[in-house]
Amino acid sequence: MAKTGRYSALALIRQALTGNRDWPRVWRDPEPKPAYEVVIVGAGGHGLATAYYLAREFGITDVAVLEKGWIGSGNVGRNTTIARSNYMLPGNEAFYEFSMKLWEGLEQDLNYNAMVSQRGILNLCHSDPQRDAYARRGNAMRLHGADAELLDREGVRRLCPFLNFDDARFPITGGLLQRRGGTVRHDAVAWGYARGADSRGVDILQNCEVTGFLMEDGRCVGVETGRGRIRAKKVGVAVAGSSSRVMAKAGLRLPIESHVLQAFVSEGLKPVIPGVITFGAGHFYVSQSDKGGLVFGGDIDGYNSYAQRGNLPTVEDVCEGGMAILPMIGRARLLRSWGGIMDMSMDGSPIIDRTPVEGLYLNAGWCYGGFKATPASGYCFAHLLARDEPQETAAAYRLDRFRSGRVIDEKGVGAQPNLH
Amino acid sequence: MRIPCPLCGERDASEFTYLGDAGPRRPDPTAPDAAEAFHDYLHLRDNPAGWHVELWYHEAGCRSWLQVSRNTLTHELGEVRRAEDLGLDEPSP
Repeated sequence: MAKTGRYSALALIRQALTGNRDWPRVWRDPEPKPAYEVVIVGAGGHGLATAYYLAREFGITDVAVLEKGWIGSGNVGRNTTIARSNYMLPGNEAFYEFSMKLWEGLEQDLNYNAMVSQRGILNLCHSDPQRDAYARRGNAMRLHGADAELLDREGVRRLCPFLNFDDARFPITGGLLQRRGGTVRHDAVAWGYARGADSRGVDILQNCEVTGFLMEDGRCVGVETGRGRIRAKKVGVAVAGSSSRVMAKAGLRLPIESHVLQAFVSEGLKPVIPGVITFGAGHFYVSQSDKGGLVFGGDIDGYNSYAQRGNLPTVEDVCEGGMAILPMIGRARLLRSWGGIMDMSMDGSPIIDRTPVEGLYLNAGWCYGGFKATPASGYCFAHLLARDEPQETAAAYRLDRFRSGRVIDEKGVGAQPNLH
Repeated sequence: MRIPCPLCGERDASEFTYLGDAGPRRPDPTAPDAAEAFHDYLHLRDNPAGWHVELWYHEAGCRSWLQVSRNTLTHELGEVRRAEDLGLDEPSP
């Protein structure tokens, strides 16, 4: 860590005494080299995490991460910062629990304050059948080593007395609580991984858009970029939101549609919401940031979009969901809303796999659950790039599962990306 | 976003239900390559950034299926025609 310097209480005091003028640059701004061992397209959370784990876990440091804009300018800076591992299906739960464990050690590992806050995530249920379904989900989680507690109505009331328990249509009958879930400061995740990768020799190349793939004998041997041609033994693409656009340059069609997901933040309020709360009858999830803003979201708008902004009917729908369980937020003013582009895959689950093009690897299809997966996604993609075989928890995320029928349809709605 | 319905005029998008890309056609299930064709039909999409021809159902209006051209980068609406007038089969998801 010589180049960036290690962060510590002592360094903080020393810098404070000298006017904070000597903090070293957090990552370099290198010129592209003509060739690398591995090139990763996309310096979002997943791409940067991939580079970090390639260097730290698999000893591959001759790596470049290419970014069209600036690092973290895509979805890692646009999400609602929730980390959880409350999945049910075997192909998913082990992976997300692996991610949860990586979150728990992330800050010490990176020597970077990512504000990992395990404040708990509470999924509310509103009927007896839904409580049964949550019991099943909780059991599935515990079988994979995750934590889950089924709360009755009074248990929920002790935790969140301010909820609207007696809504005429959707009374709260209980909830599924994962205490280890919570929130993480999203930008700091990108910056922390960037710093960790850079200090191990990875080149992070910003303003370096990939315009095509270099092909020789049907094999991918590098990329064409706005800053010149870069050769590589292996190219990994982690550009969720734009996966179809980028992979089309290699002649591939993906089982993905791009949709817009909006997120919202209210004005800063005193602490009112202890953890993450989700509405089980509509689609609404909320937490409170350390600055006091209520950070919330709901469904995708539901139509193909690359516009990074949504429309008002969805704003209304999300706010109605919020009002159904939290009438107390009705007078809070909305501060900002924004949109991100989601890779909606056809079964709602991601893809970490080789592609039919030799030398080209794909990390895509995160729907709107990509943020929580960032550490495990990076780790597993690095594993695949380094060893040419999937990490065990990500073995089900195959690109060909749609052809073979081994889909991971967590929501059970079939090949309808706008419903996942 | 407002969609200019040929029968109802310009109406808010919340009156419509989205089905997706209007391109895929249900393949012949008796063809020898039916498995591959259905994989393509069900799962693979062009997913373009720009003009996209797609199907919307005017559920809270005239209940017509519409073929809509829409720009996915700007949400600008282009040509809208009734699927029936285009001779499209009833869309089956």
